[in-house]
Amino acid sequence: MTPDLHGFGPALAAGTWMTIQLALAALAVGLVLGLLGALAKTSSYKPLQWLGSSYSTIVRGVPELLWVLLIYFGTVGLMRSLADWLGLESLELNAFAAGTIALGLCFGAYATEVFRGAILAIPRGHREAGLALGLSRPRILWTIILPQMWRIALPGLGNLFMILMKDTALVSVIGLEEIMRRSQIAVTASKEPFTFYMVAAFIYLGLTILAMTGMYFLEKRANRGFVRSAS
Amino acid sequence: MNWDVIIKWLPRLTEGALLTLELVAIAVIAGLLLAIPLGIARASRHWYVRALPFGYIFFFRGTPLLLQLFLVYYGMAQFDVIRQGPLWPYLRDPYWCAIITMTLHTAAYIAEILRGAIQAIPPGEIEAARALGMGRRQTLLHIILPRAARIGLPAYSNEVILMLKASALASTITLLELTGMARTIIARTYLPVEIFFAAGLFYLLIAFVLVQAFKLLERWLRVDACQGR
Repeated sequence: MTPDLHGFGPALAAGTWMTIQLALAALAVGLVLGLLGALAKTSSYKPLQWLGSSYSTIVRGVPELLWVLLIYFGTVGLMRSLADWLGLESLELNAFAAGTIALGLCFGAYATEVFRGAILAIPRGHREAGLALGLSRPRILWTIILPQMWRIALPGLGNLFMILMKDTALVSVIGLEEIMRRSQIAVTASKEPFTFYMVAAFIYLGLTILAMTGMYFLEKRANRGFVRSAS
Repeated sequence: MNWDVIIKWLPRLTEGALLTLELVAIAVIAGLLLAIPLGIARASRHWYVRALPFGYIFFFRGTPLLLQLFLVYYGMAQFDVIRQGPLWPYLRDPYWCAIITMTLHTAAYIAEILRGAIQAIPPGEIEAARALGMGRRQTLLHIILPRAARIGLPAYSNEVILMLKASALASTITLLELTGMARTIIARTYLPVEIFFAAGLFYLLIAFVLVQAFKLLERWLRVDACQGR
């Protein structure tokens, strides 16, 4: 079977680009949220701990699709009052922004746990050494904790990114023109659902392979100077 | 927040939650049954035994569940052979499509968990079983599988929770499970925040109950005692 794309090739390519953009945007949001969540969860200040753990528990307990729908349809009223307050004509969250926020939120909740594990894996002596050298707390975080944490957190984050990339398909439900949505449009026109969804499947598999290759090089770079123990 | 609306629609949401539970229960149990041969084959020493489960797992883990649902629900209709075949009454029904797809999807993940668990068994234990005169089949049934079940159980409980959340996707093929029901109610009431909030609480509640149930199961199977801790 040679896939005859009925001239939908460029549309699918545009959808692929949209998926990549969405995944990277959500990754950026999620990394920031995950880092903040992990810092909150490992802090010695009780309310912050509570905030961090309720964030990761609640967000992880509710389906991603529900977050996408809630943020897209649920913020209409909020945005309207915000627009009134700012004196603007109208203000609404487009599908890309809603998708980025929703997926970033979910990624961040899982990343909180990954980062927390990585922070806890850094020997306490390193932090104490920083304190003994008279470094400030932000400085310790930035120059001692974060660079080391990165190496430990990377495999976990890689897994989360693969999950994130597949979750971008959910944003097609609110009409963002990424791979899924473009294939749906193509299916409506061509009446060949299997062909187009199969093509979409292979695009996702290709993206997964791409991300795996990227992760391999990132991990190799992060692990430089560390020899894997033979076992 | 309009609480009256939530209370008014609670019975319908409960109905949806029951369908969600049904879908998840069937998928994770059938998925487990399907995953056992897959996982064992995936952990095989011979590449030709490993190849097929590897391809299966790679496909199902590498593509979104939403896409797989569409492939089964919409995609199968493209072939006349299937439309005239005996299975068509099932493949036409969104309920069976959701169950088939979720089962195939979760089986890939569970097989991978099982492979990890089988490979995590200390080789000494398998050698000990062989040294005691157990055959290959006996070793598999009495040593490898029970041991792998305990090693893999925490990961399996994770997978069940993930499937609970993935079941929300069944709403996209017109099934009225929790999310689908919530969307239907919203189409009538125009109150997305309240209804999605209520649905979210349902998911949290179900997840909480499942986590507690798996904790009990872990205690009952004495998972801790088997880890040498």
